[in-house]
Amino acid sequence: MARRKVITGVLLAAGSVAGSLLVRRRAARKQAHVDLYGADGTMHSFTEGTPEAERLLPIANDLLATL
Amino acid sequence: MLAPMDATQAIADLTEISPQVRRVAVAEAGGALGGSNFPDEEAAKRLLDGAQRLLEAAEELRPELTQLEAATTAGSVFVVRDGDRLIAATTSPEPTVGLVFYDLKTCLRSIDPAPGGGAGKAGTSAEGGSVEPTPPKKPARRRAPKKEAADGEA
Repeated sequence: MARRKVITGVLLAAGSVAGSLLVRRRAARKQAHVDLYGADGTMHSFTEGTPEAERLLPIANDLLATL
Repeated sequence: MLAPMDATQAIADLTEISPQVRRVAVAEAGGALGGSNFPDEEAAKRLLDGAQRLLEAAEELRPELTQLEAATTAGSVFVVRDGDRLIAATTSPEPTVGLVFYDLKTCLRSIDPAPGGGAGKAGTSAEGGSVEPTPPKKPARRRAPKKEAADGEA
């Protein structure tokens, strides 16, 4: 009986961890960001809040708001 | 490889295959408007100006930039550069980034460059009237050699 309770607890914990990871991943996708792709195939990503993104995102926001 | 085509046609094809793409504008070498799906030219130029500002600001952070995506909650702005030409587009929120980049590059490369980098073949979809591109020259046909030996034996 005790073993069953432990397994149930572990499964519940694993499920909640997986759920929170999914929610965080989705939230990260929705976060504003700028991705820069170089000629050499490299990519730099700057998320909202970084100085790089704060410089570029207002231009994009202006464009999306006015067009 | 796609045959070179008119900018208006290429942009119409792009928005048909990629419904996430909302507004598109193409800049020829020298920055002149090469085509767009805006009803008026001013709005297309505003998108190109904004794309140019984005590129310039981004190049200070990352030199030799070829493409960028600025994603916001209202949508995304994509800019792709191919040589001297540039294509800028806005999309709905959370677009399929790889597909949009691929479609934009394909669209830009399929557009027949205007002579002298001007907007000679440019046209917004509202105008509808664009200059017909000259069809690509077909390769000359080669005549198969005569089968003299085979005919003689028969």
